[in-house]
Amino acid sequence: MANVRLEDVSKAFKSAVAVDNLTLTIDEGEFFSLLGPSGCGKTTTLRMIGGFEEPSSGRIWLGDEDVSGLPAHKRDVNTVFQSYALFPHLSVAENVAYGLKRQGVAKDEIGPRVEAMLELVDLEGYGQRRTTQLSGGQQQRVALARALVNRPQVLLLDEPLGALDLKLRKQMQLELKRIQSEVGITFIYVTHDQEEAMTMSDRIAVMSAGRLEQVGAPQDVYELPATSFVASFLGASNLLEGEIEGTSGEVTKVRLGVGGTVTLPAGRLTDSEGPVAVGVRPEKLHIQTTNSSEVDRGDNAIEATVVNSTYTGVSTSYECATSDGTRLVVYVQNLERSASPPGAGAKVRLTWDPDHTFAVSKARPEKT
Amino acid sequence: MAAASASRRRPKREWILPTYTGLVIAYLLIPIVVMMLFGFNDYPGKFNFVWEGFTLDHYRNLFEIPELTQALRNSLVIAAITSVVATTLGTLIALALTRFSFHGRSGLNLFIFIPMATPEIVLGVSLLSMFVAIGFARGFPTVLIAHIMFSISYVVVTVKARTSGFDRSLEDAARDLGADGWTTFWTVTFPLILPGIAAGGLLAFVLSFDDYVVTAFNAGATITFPLWIYGASRFGIPAQVNVMATLIFLLGVAYVVISLLRERGRSAAPDPSEA
Ligand SMILES: Nc1ncnc2c1ncn2[C@@H]1O[C@H](COP(=O)(O)OP(=O)(O)OP(=O)(O)O)[C@@H](O)[C@H]1O
Ligand SMILES: [Mg+2]
Repeated sequence: MANVRLEDVSKAFKSAVAVDNLTLTIDEGEFFSLLGPSGCGKTTTLRMIGGFEEPSSGRIWLGDEDVSGLPAHKRDVNTVFQSYALFPHLSVAENVAYGLKRQGVAKDEIGPRVEAMLELVDLEGYGQRRTTQLSGGQQQRVALARALVNRPQVLLLDEPLGALDLKLRKQMQLELKRIQSEVGITFIYVTHDQEEAMTMSDRIAVMSAGRLEQVGAPQDVYELPATSFVASFLGASNLLEGEIEGTSGEVTKVRLGVGGTVTLPAGRLTDSEGPVAVGVRPEKLHIQTTNSSEVDRGDNAIEATVVNSTYTGVSTSYECATSDGTRLVVYVQNLERSASPPGAGAKVRLTWDPDHTFAVSKARPEKT
Repeated sequence: MAAASASRRRPKREWILPTYTGLVIAYLLIPIVVMMLFGFNDYPGKFNFVWEGFTLDHYRNLFEIPELTQALRNSLVIAAITSVVATTLGTLIALALTRFSFHGRSGLNLFIFIPMATPEIVLGVSLLSMFVAIGFARGFPTVLIAHIMFSISYVVVTVKARTSGFDRSLEDAARDLGADGWTTFWTVTFPLILPGIAAGGLLAFVLSFDDYVVTAFNAGATITFPLWIYGASRFGIPAQVNVMATLIFLLGVAYVVISLLRERGRSAAPDPSEA
């Protein structure tokens, strides 16, 4: 069942269009992430769902209710702000009780509910403290408790872990996942950290410059990025430009600009002809010295020259160049000690399974 | 060598600062102490300038001079009304100036400073000529109007210091948790800017209470505490004035101490679950 639905939502500020024609459906109980670089409109999207910002056009639905014109305090949605926004003049318990008081919950019910919520976020016994006396991680938990205690339909989180150090971040990621599965509330989670989005989300929406680039499960978005932006934003990727040669049965052939053809499953292309860019993730590539072995039947292959290699312990990363100068990155796991790893200048053949090939609609490799 | 000379120099440097601080404090306090002391002076005749002996008579007969008592009452009432009205209006202006961007905001920002930058004598005269021009009789109401006018600016500046640093996301959070605009103001905004409002209110009270120049031009037949003292100074100021001033001073000190203690209690409340 759809829990939150955005229909053609746009938001234009005086200076710029922050959100451009966004259509999204978020299911009940889902951990849904909005992922994108700084300034792409994540916060604005969240603020429109929360009711702090009015869309310039489009509608927003919460369950079966059109909430487009409803002010924030009448929406059954709560927010964990990036800055936490804890009330400094109130104690931890009073902060958590704030929403319940506004709802008119009976006094003798507020105490136990606040206690239970503090317990859920591992802050039993902290009720009487001032929020200014808490560490960053503890403040974050108070902000979470203050929002969750109202049992909203949807919880909005705007980079809630942004201010924490890496170790605490990792710990809080797990904690948030645990709490979400315990309370079963829909989480809409804003982050610009792709790893965070991948590890926590049921689905990810990747945004760029106010537009939606792709929505899908983490594996889908990573393995089969739909646009060159998604391909380069989620980890490293190798893109090769080419021309569609044709489709026979389940397999499409693409003639590459550097020469040679590669194949990929037919369903991955939106067009049936014209220019495309195909890509493959660095860890999916195999590297072999040209003279040694023959290409496996059915594998995609491309000739290249090693430019440099970097040994990082677990793996070695090779940077290779094709004859037209396109750079390709290859990660090779160091499963055994190779007697003679290809060094700079070595001619190599890169091969990969056609099933690991993806195609992106815009034929412009992102320069990063 | 070096260590020895350093250790010899250090004690010297250590008492320079306390001595200096002590002198400054003495400089600030001596007139007040003298004023308090002469409230206990058992002087004969009219002039309370030479120490004659200790008495509590002036405390016992504090309200012995009806004109002085009336002047004090006038001043307290005017200061109280001025403080409430100027603080309310000034707070609203400060909020408007920091919250909303409207046409002419920077102009208003500048405008607020005009009464502070204008010499009081000019303010007094212009108010007087205005009241005369429109045929408004001078008296209690004109003093009130004048005091509220020049106090508002000070309140605006004091409260603005608090509202301009205000974290707006706190108000978003309140709305997010179900508070409408009114509730948000009274449960979040107001408590957080209250120290600024209280300081502005105290400032307005004090400014009004001790104003002589503007009041002298616009008081008509109304006598305030400063006006009465100035008038009496030609014949000798009675010790009751010292006593009243002492009590007002002590009240002021008590107010400051209490608010300091409250502030300290807030920032360093004992931590039950630690230690
Ligand atoms: N109140 C506003 N007035 C004018 N422009 C705004 C306003 N809020 C946001 N913008 C603009 O809208 C765009 C999107 O901003 P938004 O805050 O949604 O980005 P974001 O994805 O949350 O970025 P970040 O990761 O840095 O938080 C930016 O270009 C920003 O400058
Ligand atoms: Mg943001």
